[in-house]
Amino acid sequence: MKKQLITSMLSAALCLAPQVEASPVKVGMITTLSGGGSGLGVDVRDGFMLAVNNANNSDLEVIIEDDGRKPSLAVQIADKMIQKDKVDILTGIIWSNLAMAVVPSSVNQGILYLSPNAGPSAFAGKNCNKNYFNVAWQNDNLHEAMGSYANGEGHNNSFILAPNYPAGKDALTGYKRFYQGQLSGELYTKLGQTDYAAEIAQIRASGADSVFFFLPGGMGISFMKQYSQAGMTIPLMGPAFSFDQGILQAVGKSALGVRNSSQWNKDLDNAANKTFVADFQSAYGRLPSLYASQGYDTANLILSAMQSTDINDKDAFRAAIKSAQFESVRGDFRFGNNQHPIQDIYVREVVMQGDVLTNKIIGVALKDHQDAYAADCAL
Amino acid sequence: MGAILLLEQCLNGLQLGIMLFLMAAGLTLIFGVMGLINLAHGSLYMIGAFACAAVASWTGSFTLGLVASVVCAAAAGALIEIGVMRRLYQRDHLDQVLATFALILISSEAMRWLFGSYPLYLDVPEVFYGAINLFGVLQYSRYRLFIIVLGLLTALGIYLLINKTRIGMRIRAGAADRQMTAALGINISLIFTLVFALGAALAGFAGALVGSIQSVDIGMGEPVLILAFVVVVIGGIGSIRGALVGAIIVGMVDTLGRGYLPQLLQLILDPVFANTLGAALASIAIYLLMIMILIFKPKGLFPAYG
Amino acid sequence: MSEKYLNRIMIALLLGLPWLAHWLDEPYYVSLATRIAILALAGVGLNLALGLGGMVSFGHAAFFGIGGYVTGILASHAFNSEPIISGFMGTTQMLIIWPLAMLIAAIVAVFIGLLSLRTSGVYFIMITLAFAQMIYYFSISWPTYGGEDGLPIYVRNGFPGINTLQPIQFFMICCTLLLITLWGVSRLQNSRFGNALQALRQNETRVTSIGINPLGIKLTAFVISATITALAGSLFADLNRFVSPTMFSWHTSGEIMIFVILGGLGRLYGPLAGAGLFILCEALLGGWTEYWQFFLGLLLLGVVLFARGGLIGVLSREQKNA
Repeated sequence: MKKQLITSMLSAALCLAPQVEASPVKVGMITTLSGGGSGLGVDVRDGFMLAVNNANNSDLEVIIEDDGRKPSLAVQIADKMIQKDKVDILTGIIWSNLAMAVVPSSVNQGILYLSPNAGPSAFAGKNCNKNYFNVAWQNDNLHEAMGSYANGEGHNNSFILAPNYPAGKDALTGYKRFYQGQLSGELYTKLGQTDYAAEIAQIRASGADSVFFFLPGGMGISFMKQYSQAGMTIPLMGPAFSFDQGILQAVGKSALGVRNSSQWNKDLDNAANKTFVADFQSAYGRLPSLYASQGYDTANLILSAMQSTDINDKDAFRAAIKSAQFESVRGDFRFGNNQHPIQDIYVREVVMQGDVLTNKIIGVALKDHQDAYAADCAL
Repeated sequence: MGAILLLEQCLNGLQLGIMLFLMAAGLTLIFGVMGLINLAHGSLYMIGAFACAAVASWTGSFTLGLVASVVCAAAAGALIEIGVMRRLYQRDHLDQVLATFALILISSEAMRWLFGSYPLYLDVPEVFYGAINLFGVLQYSRYRLFIIVLGLLTALGIYLLINKTRIGMRIRAGAADRQMTAALGINISLIFTLVFALGAALAGFAGALVGSIQSVDIGMGEPVLILAFVVVVIGGIGSIRGALVGAIIVGMVDTLGRGYLPQLLQLILDPVFANTLGAALASIAIYLLMIMILIFKPKGLFPAYG
Repeated sequence: MSEKYLNRIMIALLLGLPWLAHWLDEPYYVSLATRIAILALAGVGLNLALGLGGMVSFGHAAFFGIGGYVTGILASHAFNSEPIISGFMGTTQMLIIWPLAMLIAAIVAVFIGLLSLRTSGVYFIMITLAFAQMIYYFSISWPTYGGEDGLPIYVRNGFPGINTLQPIQFFMICCTLLLITLWGVSRLQNSRFGNALQALRQNETRVTSIGINPLGIKLTAFVISATITALAGSLFADLNRFVSPTMFSWHTSGEIMIFVILGGLGRLYGPLAGAGLFILCEALLGGWTEYWQFFLGLLLLGVVLFARGGLIGVLSREQKNA
């Protein structure tokens, strides 16, 4: 009887002892799952959900909706998620223009936004916001890395081209920021253009010793096929966006040997990455791309913050996110003052492994690289 | 050096024009014969490309892939005509706009369901890799030369079909006066299905040929659709000759504009501004062209049915 | 059910449901209703040219976008305190922005109309599309106002006496404008001008032989239709607090046409029914499957094939007044 009383008093005391009460966290993912370019959104979602399912944290709830690459639809979905579903965190947007539509009003309403992809310079510099984090990169980073790499390779007469829209202009600006040689040509193509015969003719006539291009999606596939079919041998360089695992399969061997820059590759040697690549392959039957790795890291970042703080204490949660105490597949990961990553950017080469085209890291282009806009951010 | 570049750019313009012709030929037929605004033309183009990519990687043969593209696109066209378009001939033409718009959504997502969200692999056969020496001065891609030749042959083939065969005569009759032709005992419904399927087959064929040097992706039909309409309108609706001429003009203007406009502007304006303005102007050049032509010839260059 | 009765039901739903949602503290549904009202307004504009006047304009997105960009540019200059032209600092007052947007759209419409109305039928469709495409590609590549990234509007523009940030209040502004426009268009439809316009659609030769100049009437209708769509564009910019070149794209033109055709061509309240159906489907289907566009396409196809005369046609089973 006495023993029972003591036991029950002890257990009552334990119950009254303060516990870390975890409040449920609701995450809204707005990403592109349909139409052209949906491969990227599907990858981000798959990477994100892989981490979520592995963690099996019952406090985390994820709502996913497709924005169809339409800015007004993205805004509508964001409204729904904030007003009706009452999410705490938004994430998922692939494209910079959709991000520009959704992010400002969301972060001003106190919602945390973690970008797994789009990194427009507006949010890295003077319009940075304490609720906005970018887990992937700032849009210019991968281009800056190629510029630096080009110097190292002794290229001093580059021909550069990109489509005529803000991301394209940022790409060439980023390359030129680090590249020290001369330009044999600088060309802005039409957005969505698929025939590059005219541009390839110009490249041939210009006497360039290297070509840097930023042509995401179908544009890059077209360009690379046509470039190699035209018998061009001048070395090609570009950011990972035209050479990710999904796109490579569509290009075929025209892409072999091309150097491209990325903050991640599947052969990065750390435990988290090895687990990630193996898990992704067995869950989805394909190799992950950098977009999948970005989604995976975003989810793990959220989960790590949930371990140490409560979402209802917004300031503490934000600080937990900023301190980035999680196992990133990139190895060491930290945020700069403007809440964009400071990380190593690698150079990869497209190779054939077995009968699959993939990338292999051949060096580091920029170490502990921070974006160029951080100084303008008041944070 | 400048002259050789100019020659190469002209050849590129010609080849782009032939590619556009392949895309527009089917559309002008459908448009001209049946008065149908077929927004799903881009989807038929996409279906042909996907069929070619799938069959080519399955069997390893590009030729089989080309055949598959034509067959699949024609089948899809026939299906659409019988299942959907036939019910709408008596109705407002705008119902056809809505129906074909719905078909774009359906076919894009159906393709994505079947083939996944990433682009497909389709490459030209090895024999077409590399360049051939033209006139002793110019290196030109073999495959693009192949496209030019094939395109011209196709144009000839369609011309002969429409103008020199019995069935072509019936098609022309049906386009000129549907009811009279039916009254003469000709199965006009069958003719229309055949024309739609033929137009679809041309689109699918174009999709396979062009998809080999571009990307086989779900959104591939959209830019093509608008461009094909522009070509058809410039050339005159229903006219194969018009489609060919219109396509070559558009191809030339687009290629030479992209190649030379920024440089031309740099002669009179500051280089950065010239680059921006030049690029902007180059992308709208073909629309300016079309507007200009329509102002002076409101029914296009060679209107077939007045 | 007669068309008149149907129209009244729609207005009742449009006015009633958002207030119910507001009372139940569900602001998302109020925004959804606002979106429907704004897109219906754009459709009413197009319906004037397309349904009444028989002018199939595939470039109305140009005016929608002009309305949006005028709003965006004025608001961003005011927000950043940068003058547009010497002394004029932009504005964030809706009552000034609307007339300005409509005026600029009208000027552009006169220009486009004069050039396009020389053609007819499919050529008219293509030439209007071409103008819209030109503006689209230009807005993507011209960097000053964001290019393809678009232009965020960091404030919601002001209307005297109303807190426009409140969803229900902004909704009432949009709804009132829609109702006023519907009233105006119905007056127009039944006026001498409207009669001439509809007669022109049916038989242009006959009208010309009576001595009426078709170009003047068609151009006027085109311009009025453009201003209505521009007003909708301006409201859309305020709703999303964002403008982007997508507002100029042919997809947008196509969608506005879809609203009109879905609801019933030429029917006064057609765009409202069409916009309502489309937006609701987009919002609901999107939450169920990632292949929602497939089902949306099937639904649209079904409506076209089996619902003659659009939604209103099917529900009222009435021949519309030719």
